[in-house]
Amino acid sequence: MKFTLSWLKEHLETEATLDEITFALSDMGLEVEEVVNPAEKLRDFTIAKVTHAEKHPDADKLRVCKVLSDEGETQIVCGAPNAREGITVVLAKPGSYIPGLDITINVGKIRGVESFGMMASERELELSDEHTGIIELPSGEVGQSFADWLAENDPAKVDPVIEIAITPNRPDALGVHGVARDLAARGLGKLKPLAVEKIEGTYPSPINITIDEDAQTDGCEVFAGRLIKGVKNGPSPQWLQDKLTAIGLRPISKLVDVTNYFTYDRNRPLHVFDADKVQGDLRVHRTKGGETMVGLDEKDYTFAEGMVVISDDTGVESVGGIMGGLPTGCTEETVNVFLEAAVWDRVQIAYTGRGLKINSDARYRNERGIDPAYNMQALDDATQMIIDLCGGEPSEVVVAGEVPDVSRAYKLDTDRVQSLVGMDIAPETQRATLEALGFTLDGDMANVPTWRPDVMGEADLVEEVARIASLTKLEGKPMPRAEVGVPKPVLTPMQKRESIARRTAASLGYNECVTYSFIDQKSAAFFGGGTDATMLANPISADMSHMRPSLLPGLLQAAARNQARGFMDLALCEVGPVWHGGEPDEQELMITGVLIGHTGPKDVHGARRPVDVYDAKADAEAVLAAIGAPAKAQILRGLNDWWHPGRSGKICLGPKKVLAGFGELHPKALQEMDVKGPAVAFAIHLANIPFPKAKSATRPALEIRDLQAVERDFAFVVDADVEALKLVNAAAGADKALIEEVRVFDEFIGGSLGEGKKSLAITVRLQPTENTLKEKDIEAVSAKIVEKVTKATGATLRG
Amino acid sequence: MDDLRVKYLDAIANAADEAALEDLRLQAVGKKGEVSLKMRELGKMTPEERQVAGPALNALKDEINSALSAKKSALADAALDERLRGEWLDVTLPSRPTRQGSIHPISQVTDEVTAIFADMGFSVAEGPQVESDWYNFDALNIPGHHPARAEMDTFYMHRAEGDDRPPHVLRTHTSPVQIRSMEKAGAPLRVICPGRVYRADYDQTHTPMFHQVEGLAIDKDISMANLKWVLEEFVRAFFEVDHVELRFRASHFPFTEPSAEVDIRCSWEGGTLKVGEGDDWLEILGSGMVHPKVLAAGGIDPDQWQGFAFGVGIDRITMLKYGIPDLRAFFDSDLRWLRHYGFASLDQPNLQGGLSR
Repeated sequence: MKFTLSWLKEHLETEATLDEITFALSDMGLEVEEVVNPAEKLRDFTIAKVTHAEKHPDADKLRVCKVLSDEGETQIVCGAPNAREGITVVLAKPGSYIPGLDITINVGKIRGVESFGMMASERELELSDEHTGIIELPSGEVGQSFADWLAENDPAKVDPVIEIAITPNRPDALGVHGVARDLAARGLGKLKPLAVEKIEGTYPSPINITIDEDAQTDGCEVFAGRLIKGVKNGPSPQWLQDKLTAIGLRPISKLVDVTNYFTYDRNRPLHVFDADKVQGDLRVHRTKGGETMVGLDEKDYTFAEGMVVISDDTGVESVGGIMGGLPTGCTEETVNVFLEAAVWDRVQIAYTGRGLKINSDARYRNERGIDPAYNMQALDDATQMIIDLCGGEPSEVVVAGEVPDVSRAYKLDTDRVQSLVGMDIAPETQRATLEALGFTLDGDMANVPTWRPDVMGEADLVEEVARIASLTKLEGKPMPRAEVGVPKPVLTPMQKRESIARRTAASLGYNECVTYSFIDQKSAAFFGGGTDATMLANPISADMSHMRPSLLPGLLQAAARNQARGFMDLALCEVGPVWHGGEPDEQELMITGVLIGHTGPKDVHGARRPVDVYDAKADAEAVLAAIGAPAKAQILRGLNDWWHPGRSGKICLGPKKVLAGFGELHPKALQEMDVKGPAVAFAIHLANIPFPKAKSATRPALEIRDLQAVERDFAFVVDADVEALKLVNAAAGADKALIEEVRVFDEFIGGSLGEGKKSLAITVRLQPTENTLKEKDIEAVSAKIVEKVTKATGATLRG
Repeated sequence: MDDLRVKYLDAIANAADEAALEDLRLQAVGKKGEVSLKMRELGKMTPEERQVAGPALNALKDEINSALSAKKSALADAALDERLRGEWLDVTLPSRPTRQGSIHPISQVTDEVTAIFADMGFSVAEGPQVESDWYNFDALNIPGHHPARAEMDTFYMHRAEGDDRPPHVLRTHTSPVQIRSMEKAGAPLRVICPGRVYRADYDQTHTPMFHQVEGLAIDKDISMANLKWVLEEFVRAFFEVDHVELRFRASHFPFTEPSAEVDIRCSWEGGTLKVGEGDDWLEILGSGMVHPKVLAAGGIDPDQWQGFAFGVGIDRITMLKYGIPDLRAFFDSDLRWLRHYGFASLDQPNLQGGLSR
């Protein structure tokens, strides 16, 4: 919403400065976005008189002038053809900045003659494009500020333009009058009342209006209009053109400019039809669907079913409250005009406007809410303005529907205002504030003014009082802790788990990333998603069309971007949500890490090697251990398709309870994501790890065995596809009390073992609890281990 | 006897290695060594002679033994020195490489914000990011036709044909978590709700996904003045300065009433923000007293309870605090960016040690 200071002052009697006004506007919730004050750049310029002018001795087109300023007589060399004795000019003294030339004037010599300043043209001061000569003023005292002279004699040239942002609840501030009302309530002046003149028509309107029954509910409340015949349209007078131009509107013609004026002055959209182009009467009705209209913006519109429009006998002529049609629009030739003032249902305007994708000033205002009580007076006020500008003779008013009754009242609880805001605002001040805003108080009931559709309850009264009182004055008051004493921890076990997982991964060398929650369909589909349920209806681009089913594609895309920048060895992780469907409860928190390339850069120690599945497994285990997963878990095969089928596994508590997956990524996944391998990854389902049941800080007592532990090594030959864990578990089961740990320390494949065989070597640690182990005890356990392992895996003890 | 002493002590001092030293030991104090042989002769002596020669021989034996042992360790030291001289390595060579991980600034700042509000008794609540339109809009007093819906650039989820429910949305703010928290915990209540939010906007300063933290406090007598204090404390603690000045400007949000936008006093020097001083004001958040309709939607009686809510952009305050220029880079995962702006894994923010290093 834009307006000029002088326009504001047509509604507000005030002595306040521009700064005071803009501060108050922002403070009250009408946030000032920009102030353009043309006087700012004219500050340096003063009025002077040319007392003498003669031709430059060395140049035919230059004149040497004696100029009288407030600092006495000075000499200026000037090239303007109109520089001559006796004229009143605008002087730029040395040191002044000339906006139109983007230079600062200095004392200089022009063809050998000294010149102390410059006499300015309109273009040089950015007042207009006029540059045929220097400015000649019809009046003005020597030494007077040029900006002040303009303010008195040509105020439009130095009228500050203020632009404010209007929150959706304040349609009344979409008119200058409403803005003035707020400022008056704040105490920055007095609101000038609007004149209330009735215009009687002299003949019945030849065009009649009806509202179809189905458009009466939630469509059009009231539609009033009248014919004004014999008008003379044409360009608006300069003052009106200046007003509209100043706020960025293009003056079109008197009739159209009048409607724009009311839009911005009173938040009152109106429409003018060229009555001679209207066939028959006007009818407000709902569309059947498929009707078309060319709008005033010269675009074609096709209506869906149920939109509210205005038609004549030939078809739709206007989208009610949103935009008129081109065929019945007013032109310079219009002589008979039909003026419309209507009140439309706000919700219907919003949906129709959204449906047709029309963003007009009328829609903007009608959807936020205009003052319905002003409808009939608006018709008269606009009629008066049209007659003043264009002449013509008004008909009687025709009306369909009724002006809606929006009267309502809410209780002003002055104590509640103080309690909610926490400011001392005297009850009488609260009442006065509401009255200044147009509320009428009836005891403690506040009747809401008709132009405030947003005020719908007591809380809204509090807001009005608070914003006029100024929240800038609000002083902070300590909020005591809810409970006395040391604050209790607030994080849930899951929140702590998330944080520990993240920081453990970072300590393992992963760089944490935050990638977008949505990815392209192809990648999503590759990683088990990409279904319609997880699809956005209105994605911002095809790259961001589906909610991610996994953190892997985002991390791999990030890896590909980094590889393109020359970083080939990467450790990236992310903690964040993935989606298994499109419902709110189908979101899951995961942590995923990818290792790509080598363990590090080339180095003198030869430590560099390609990353492999055991790196990913180690990191998965480290994170799982940090977040309290049980030390003993199963490793099963059968991860999803995007993992290497032979080099991946899942860490489980039972076949259904998957805690994590790890492994090498499938070569196709890397190809799909354009990543150069090798690449391994782990992914942990953070919520699947059981939480400890007992919540006690006490540890179980430490059991230390005094008896010496004994270690024995065994090497078994097994089929190559026998998994080590199976062998380990068999060995551990030989004597659960005695065997403390079984560890694989060597794997050897091929060689003398023959095709399809491998050797696995384990260390078994025996920890006696009662008596020191004797050789025969060890022999006995060893035999049992061999027996168990042989039975479980078909192994033979390697000789 | 003095001859013996001089002979052996000299020889020991000049012994070249441990073998020579062992030879000397045998020659002198070994079973058949000179000193041992002399000691055997003591038996043949008169008691008087024995009284003199006995202690002298014992002393000589001790002296030779000490000299042997001293020389032995001297030789060992020399041998070790000699070996170490040969074990020179170029210590300017690089060490074995280790990977340096990092925490993303968003995570770090979320932890910082959590630490501050935890001290004021706020717990942390979370909610779904694919959200029903009721939680995201209606419950927050934003009905279907409200202009704010259009202004929020909402992402909608696809609706299967035949499913007549209004489409779910990607939450446009963290405010739906307010409603879910109220439903779950009732009043009194103090929570913050950090997390991802989504708006269909992408340019120099907007990304379609960003992060917010919502704050909500509900009790019998919480006022806007309390809100201002809480925010002052938060901003002071977060930016780690001694003094801050906040300015409340009236504004409008459908879910709060009265509503205020909050500016902080600051200065920009050479592109660096200084909070608490200067002549500029920087808008950092929106806030207000929870609208009675919103309380009611969360199942809390607005006649009994009142409170405040606010929402801050986590990415935004991260950029301001740590001088990070471009929002879009937050989500690009450029290794150089992650390393430069990231945090060490052990830099867990807390109040006793300060939020940042």
